Amino acid sequence: MSLTNVFNIAGTGMNAQSIRLNTTASNIANAETVSSSIEETYKARKPWFQVLEKQWKDVDGLDRKLDVRSQVGDGVKVAGIVESDAPLKKRFEPHHPAADEEGYVTYPNVNVVEEMTDMMSSSRSYQMNVEMMNTAKRMLQRTLTLGQ
Amino acid sequence: MSALSFKNSLGIHPQTMQLRAARAEVLANNLANADTPNFKARDFDFNAMLDAESRRSLEMNATDQRHLRGNVNTDSELMYRNPYQPAIDGNTVDTQMEQSFYTENALRYNASFEFLNSKFKGLKNAIKGQ
Repeated sequence: MSLTNVFNIAGTGMNAQSIRLNTTASNIANAETVSSSIEETYKARKPWFQVLEKQWKDVDGLDRKLDVRSQVGDGVKVAGIVESDAPLKKRFEPHHPAADEEGYVTYPNVNVVEEMTDMMSSSRSYQMNVEMMNTAKRMLQRTLTLGQ
Repeated sequence: MSALSFKNSLGIHPQTMQLRAARAEVLANNLANADTPNFKARDFDFNAMLDAESRRSLEMNATDQRHLRGNVNTDSELMYRNPYQPAIDGNTVDTQMEQSFYTENALRYNASFEFLNSKFKGLKNAIKGQ
């Protein structure tokens, strides 16, 4: 049944967007987390979205309709979380407890403006997935009243 | 065949609803991947598919194995959408357009449902004979 698949697809979309929202929250919370070396400093994290391909491959001998549907993806997946390789910011703060020998403190490469737009985008996408699921739910509920 | 058989009396509406549900899945996948880099939005030609679906019942009967099969061949391939505003990350999902297609598809699904429902009501009336 295709319509129940819409639930799964919307579910993967909501899951992916909530992971994206989580990384954004983590990035903003750690925007000022300093350290004395580049290796230890927090780096902005971004989710890596990919199409979730259908697991079911055997389409031979099935309906042509099913054939078409087997070409569609099954939603979206988070293939991984990648750290941004943007340059880290160094600031001269010799009185800071985490300052290195030369008096520099390393700040994360989190761009707060970028994170805020990302946050808006992901919350809108999340809403869209919820809306999609609601529509599919109404369609299914309608179908259940067939012949009544 | 009697007119009361399901195949004859329900018309094209069961196939339409099935196709609408299949299209809902395709469009839902587009919407879920609205932020996926390099994802290309896809869709199928609904009218062509429905046409193929209704013509499939007109396939010729072969009473001898030497008879030619009058198969109706149609390409029921998923196609890629031409984006209005392609994104820099290679994504071609126009969220607003996909959302409007999805809503339209749902409405048309409901319309087909109404038709099918009234067909069933008609059959019920015929059975009761009141």
